[in-house]
Amino acid sequence: MTQETLARTTQTPSALQPILEVRHITKRFPGVLALDDVSVEFLPGQVHAVVGENGAGKSTLMKIMAGAYVPDSGEILLQGERVTFSHPQEALQKGISIIYQEFNLLPERTVAQNIFLGREPSRFGVIDIGKMNENARVLLKEIGVEQFISPTAVVSSLSVAEQQLVEIAKAISFNAKVLIMDEPTAALTSTEVQLLHDLIQRLTSRGLAVIFISHRLVEVFDIAHVITVLKDGKFVKTVNTQDVTTADVVYLMVGRTLDHYFPPLGSPEDFGEVVLRVKNASNHILKNINFTLRKGEVVGIAGLQGSGRTELAQALFGVVPFKTGEIELRGKPIDIRNPSQAIKNGLGFVTEDRKSEGLLPKQPIRDNMLLTVRAIQNIFGVINKNGIRKAPNLVPNLGKQVDVKTDSFDREVQFLSGGNQQKVVLSRWLASDAEVFIFDEPTRGIDVEAKASIHDMIRDLTRQGKAVLMISSELPEVIGMSDRILVMYEGQIAGELPAKSSENEIMLMATGNKPGDVAAAGKE
Amino acid sequence: MATITVSQNKWKQALGRLRIPPVYIFLVITFAVGGLLDQIFADGQIFTNPSIFMNMIVRSVALGIVAVGQTLVIIGASIDLSVAYTISITAVMSSFIMQGDPNNVPQAILIVFAIGAVIGLVNGLLITKLNVNAFIATLGTSLILKGIINGTFSNYTGSIPRSFEAFGYNQIGPIPISILVLLLVVFAGWFLLNRTKFGSHLYGVGGNNEVARLSGLRTDRVLIMAHIICSLTAVLTGLFIVSRLRSGAPWVGPDGIYDLESIATTVVGGTALSGGKGGVWGTLAGVLIFGVLDTVFNQLGVNPYLKTVLRGGIIVLAVASYTYRSKREAA
Repeated sequence: MTQETLARTTQTPSALQPILEVRHITKRFPGVLALDDVSVEFLPGQVHAVVGENGAGKSTLMKIMAGAYVPDSGEILLQGERVTFSHPQEALQKGISIIYQEFNLLPERTVAQNIFLGREPSRFGVIDIGKMNENARVLLKEIGVEQFISPTAVVSSLSVAEQQLVEIAKAISFNAKVLIMDEPTAALTSTEVQLLHDLIQRLTSRGLAVIFISHRLVEVFDIAHVITVLKDGKFVKTVNTQDVTTADVVYLMVGRTLDHYFPPLGSPEDFGEVVLRVKNASNHILKNINFTLRKGEVVGIAGLQGSGRTELAQALFGVVPFKTGEIELRGKPIDIRNPSQAIKNGLGFVTEDRKSEGLLPKQPIRDNMLLTVRAIQNIFGVINKNGIRKAPNLVPNLGKQVDVKTDSFDREVQFLSGGNQQKVVLSRWLASDAEVFIFDEPTRGIDVEAKASIHDMIRDLTRQGKAVLMISSELPEVIGMSDRILVMYEGQIAGELPAKSSENEIMLMATGNKPGDVAAAGKE
Repeated sequence: MATITVSQNKWKQALGRLRIPPVYIFLVITFAVGGLLDQIFADGQIFTNPSIFMNMIVRSVALGIVAVGQTLVIIGASIDLSVAYTISITAVMSSFIMQGDPNNVPQAILIVFAIGAVIGLVNGLLITKLNVNAFIATLGTSLILKGIINGTFSNYTGSIPRSFEAFGYNQIGPIPISILVLLLVVFAGWFLLNRTKFGSHLYGVGGNNEVARLSGLRTDRVLIMAHIICSLTAVLTGLFIVSRLRSGAPWVGPDGIYDLESIATTVVGGTALSGGKGGVWGTLAGVLIFGVLDTVFNQLGVNPYLKTVLRGGIIVLAVASYTYRSKREAA
């Protein structure tokens, strides 16, 4: 820790020659100016965070430095020398490695096979498997993870965090001088994040420059020496982490302070009758689930990864239904065996994984919006471009209601930003007149501003008398949004906490402490 | 609950270390059940007569050789529908060139392999350079080949010399040469896939083309190579068939349904149609299952139409059992 502090104070930007520098980079995509005259310097031995909202141009800049995109104008200097990359391979060979947001490993192959793909030690085309595994072992040892990961392990058998470590090992194996990471911690738990941070620390102490993109500002402040802020494709400022506060950086990112991060909670008179009641419900993962959900209420569901949060949502929505127990909707017992029944009973499910479960990425916005309503109300009907027979102008109305930013509803959903995609998912359930909304990680991978508007929308739903169940692994979100908090632990609801409970109370309960202990801790 | 999972994993690990594809369980079951039915309802020769047993494998040679090639392209997330007509053109051209003269054998073999290499190259180029979907590209070349050979040859053409029949009929000791050739081809396929850079790259290209590209692989070359090898295995199958029939005819490929059956056996053998996963030993088991079924149906005198229905059902069941199992693993 002291070393880290020392490193931060000694390595001021002027003390060293930049290892990598971009000057006046401009990149235009059809209809968008992704980067506009951006210049940044990156120093060896430093962790350099690049932050900005979605669409600020961070990923584009990373891809240009890694040779995946060619800039329209501007230059890249590597150790003072001008370089051009026409293929990622050229950047790799010059010592710039990138780890993309999506995993870039072959799940069916071993760790060693993945690391040395394309560079297998061989003689006459025949691979020296022993040598390859040995090289991988040395590499894993070098980054200090050889005790977790065997070179011969198949990647799909590793955890997300371990896979990430393999990616880092692979990136380092190209004798990287610069390591670029695009949201490396998005899918990691907090202990895994710590592991990654330690590793980054070790790498920079060897003189490597680490550049990383993250939406988690807390993390940025934890490990970055320097922060560069981009906004709308333009360079805003590079600052030393020690000189600024989170609020300063947020201000630089959005151009205004986000004083209104969460909408106000509901007040008791907003809450109506019980809409959803679950009694003694269980399946192979969930045990003895009991809770109620009232009109106008946001109930947050907190818990660690694997505590059964997502499984609860899936059970309610009939994806993996409850085996025993009762579900009552507006006082009437209902049977939910599959999602179709759930939808007909007025449930809506905004899933965790937008890309694979929430959207048809290659379909236009309008069809994504109408997907559910067409499925339940328009089975034999002729498809109306803008809506259904009963509501012919549904698409434009929904678009207005959720404020999707697009020039046309014919645009394929895959081209929208994460926040706008989430709005499209939400509008689908608005179209189907859902009464009970289940959100699973509603703002994962979404930038600050879109987050706030999603939160506003969730609160708007409750003002219209809908009931919301919101699963989130971000505790500030749970606390900021929930009128009540249910904490899950090992497939059960460990307890209920009132609005405005502290992170400490939630974490205690989520790690298996008794409600009594938690109450005691809350009083301290 | 937890202990059960652990012990299951141990079993899985043990099986994984032995690297025996699970399809061999199906093969053993098919053989045992088939042999038993034969004992009960027919003369029971499957268990008792070694020559019937050998014949069962010889039946599998033609399909087995080309299925190895098909496995390679499918691991590369591609597919080859042109193998049936590549087999036909090989059978016809080789017997046409040989004309019963042993002196013509070397050039005949050389020419048909060259033709095969060109077909594979064209398939590969269409798929990688023109970005034509593999299904359509190879269907296209298949139709072109079909037109050419049906327009040029109408029936059995030429003949092969006695000496060339050795491939189809002779034995070394108790084992037919053709079975040795099949094993050699399977072994070569295994070696290519598991011990060479080409194989490693092919798994990469099939598993995730973008990952392979970003790792610096010339993905196009890898896939073109796989298609060439696949076509060459089709040529070898064609040569085997002509050595059995003693003369080549244009319908030998499509009549044997080598295109669809090579795909089916590959998939039954556990290779993923989406690419990046699988291997030739599994395919061999898939092919042998088909061979066992054929023999059993023959022994039992099953109606040929019913035979086809049963084969279809068994393919679907086998593949469904994989997805069912992998779903359970996921849950």
